[in-house]
Amino acid sequence: MLYFTRWKAAAIVLTALIVCLCAVPNFIPAKTVDSWPKWAQRHVVLGLDLQGGSHILLEVDTKTVRKDMLESVRDDVRRVLRDARIGYTGLVVRGNSVEVRVREGANSSQALDKLRTLQQPLGGLLAAAGQNNLDITSDADLIRLTVTEPAITERVRQSVDQSIQIIERRVNELGTVEPLIQREGTDRILVQVPGLQDPTRLKQLLGKTAKLDFRMVDTQMAPEQALQGRTPPDDEVLYSTGGPPKTPYLVEKRVLVSGADLTDAQPGFDQRTNEPIVSFRFNTNGARKFAQVTQENVGKPFAIVLDNEVISAPVIREPILGGSGQISGSFTVQSANDLAILLRAGALPAPLTIIEERTVGPGLGADSIAQGKLSSYVGAAMVIIFMLVTYGLFGIFANIAVAINVAMIFGLLSLLNATLTLPGIAGIVLTVGIAVDSNVLIYERIREEVRGGRTPINAIDAGFSRALATILDSNITTFIAAAVLFYIGTGPVRGFAVTLGIGIITTVFTAFTLTRLIVAYWVWWRRPQRVPI
Amino acid sequence: MRLLRIVPDDTKFDFMRFRRISFPISALASILAITLYFFHGLNFGIDFKGGLLMEVQTKAGPADLSKMRATLNGLGLGEVQLQQFGAPDDVLIRIGEQPGGDAAQQVAVGKVRTALGNDVDYRRVEVVGPRVSGELLSYGVIGLMLAIFCILIYLWFRFEWQFALGAMIANVHDLVLTIGFMSVTRVDFDLTSIAALLTILGYSLNDTVVIYDRIREMLRRYRKMPMPDLLNASVNQTLSRSVITHVTVSLALLSLLLFGGQAIHSFTATMMFGVVLVGTYTSVFIASPILIYLGVGTGRDSLTAPEAPAKSSGKSPAKPDQKVKT
Repeated sequence: MLYFTRWKAAAIVLTALIVCLCAVPNFIPAKTVDSWPKWAQRHVVLGLDLQGGSHILLEVDTKTVRKDMLESVRDDVRRVLRDARIGYTGLVVRGNSVEVRVREGANSSQALDKLRTLQQPLGGLLAAAGQNNLDITSDADLIRLTVTEPAITERVRQSVDQSIQIIERRVNELGTVEPLIQREGTDRILVQVPGLQDPTRLKQLLGKTAKLDFRMVDTQMAPEQALQGRTPPDDEVLYSTGGPPKTPYLVEKRVLVSGADLTDAQPGFDQRTNEPIVSFRFNTNGARKFAQVTQENVGKPFAIVLDNEVISAPVIREPILGGSGQISGSFTVQSANDLAILLRAGALPAPLTIIEERTVGPGLGADSIAQGKLSSYVGAAMVIIFMLVTYGLFGIFANIAVAINVAMIFGLLSLLNATLTLPGIAGIVLTVGIAVDSNVLIYERIREEVRGGRTPINAIDAGFSRALATILDSNITTFIAAAVLFYIGTGPVRGFAVTLGIGIITTVFTAFTLTRLIVAYWVWWRRPQRVPI
Repeated sequence: MRLLRIVPDDTKFDFMRFRRISFPISALASILAITLYFFHGLNFGIDFKGGLLMEVQTKAGPADLSKMRATLNGLGLGEVQLQQFGAPDDVLIRIGEQPGGDAAQQVAVGKVRTALGNDVDYRRVEVVGPRVSGELLSYGVIGLMLAIFCILIYLWFRFEWQFALGAMIANVHDLVLTIGFMSVTRVDFDLTSIAALLTILGYSLNDTVVIYDRIREMLRRYRKMPMPDLLNASVNQTLSRSVITHVTVSLALLSLLLFGGQAIHSFTATMMFGVVLVGTYTSVFIASPILIYLGVGTGRDSLTAPEAPAKSSGKSPAKPDQKVKT
């Protein structure tokens, strides 16, 4: 147990040294570290509870995704059957399917064939499994097209990916420190913005879908009439933004130009009234459509609809051929700016709901760091003194081993770019207590062997060999607990699990190697007659 | 240099004798803890109940709790709890989960911010909707059970089944008593509490395994020693190590408790109770004697001594093939 070949000793010292060096970037000012090569820059990331910042968990509204898919299928069915001149009736969305009846006399099997063109295999792995986006069944003259579950899941997944990109653009506009935006699970997105104290504006930016449409106002019926009677099938009643009171508008359902064709949106001021406005520009496609619409409808009002609310409904005075225009109507400078941001970033494919939010202000963050530091230093000091008093020289060896242990913990955390939280610091302090246990096990065993009559070197040797199996066993149970905690925990708790787990690994490593090495060298150097513990 | 010796060498304290006291006490305490859990309940934090948690700091001097309470109660957000949190200008506001799903929680946050206005600094805001709180709770419970299960398997692997079972009973008993403690003291029961419970489980087992390791070694070495004596010897031999380790861990936890701040206070208090008080007690007075009841050590050679009289001296008449009874 006490014999180390030169190679082994060198390997141990080198490993410990390298891992400890990995901890160095944490203690050097950021500017200096940034000038180093990328591989040397790995450092511990401070958790939000130490840095201050916002943690927001968003969930994609799967119901809306499903509804949009079904409506899209319904529109496709209408188009296909009309193009094939097949009469139909009762085209409706029911539950998870679109149903349509083929009229008397029309060719039902031909309709089925035409509709089967809508059926496509899903991409990637699902294509290999033979999954389609639609299941088409027919029952006499009733044809049912059902959107498959894998198709919905796939679409939700795509929505999440798209949403992440759009969120990135929106968040970047806030000019904050590098935010973390990532997928969580199948339908959730995590947004972490360090340093952000008031997430209200961020939440406003994330909460709006920002779907912009341009549609014609139906002037043939007054909105009030439509509300009392029946709304024409091609129209719907939408209300103005802002208020109360909310003005109703009777607007066509058909979208003439959509916000997807915008290339730019900027906040500005109306030249005549000096009110805040948002000016926009279309791409070629959008410009063409816009030009066509404005040419055909001079003198009529058209509605600018944002998330199913009418921002304004100006009258077209002249054809707009240049593909640009402005939106005005009770904006503040801030809301005009925000709308411009939203339009530039793009519309979210599905609404997002905030299901969890945790924000820590910088004051609390700084306090937590101070408290973490103080408790660590005091705890470490108490343990060191106690070890000295109890084990004397060997206590010094144990303290050195524990010090290197902590340095290695930081080193490993840095290598992994792990997040350090306040419970994580508690984990490190706890690890110091547990790490000492390994040394205590060894030393008590040595003392027993000495009492049992062994020579010093034999006693030390026996102490190590007997104790190491116990050290492994006992630490593994704590490690299992840390592993489970890592799996089920989030945020700060996960930080605790990480430091505890890494702490156990380094503890076992240092007990098996460093403590032994130190004692072995002492024995070789001093050739002691008795063991001073 | 004379070194500190908390535990003298070669102690011969008869621990096993106390099992007639310790088992009933533990059983009673466990029942008490379970009753407390069902009737007094745990102080579930927003992690598991959903709702809002805000830590605010008044900008102008100490906080006027009654005024704040009146203002917030007027918002119609249901149950509002306020308490001082550390310094006199630090207030912790807890508001229950709002009906209406996740969106409703956000609306409530807005209302509170408007109501409190610029008088306060927001040190911390946490909002947990119904979906996430449900998940965290089930994950927490599943996690605990999973950990217990995994450790049971591991111990069964390394020791005989009686050891695994004994350790499990002792440590689940630890958890039960700790939950009782949390119920009595009404500490916040949130995700960090689950972390504390898991750590207590792991660490307490740590302790038990050390003693079991020694017992296993003794079982191999002394085939004729009666169980209570063998167990006593094992515990006495590991006593020095146990005490020293418990002292160091207590020192570390004490430092955290005193200087770690309010944010992790409930966490460290729970750990202190579980690790120091209960963990020590159970490893010695429950986990070891229970091996007697589980029949460990019977069938070693032909000489299994029956229960020695209370004043255990090491030598007792041997009766062959008699299961140890108590």
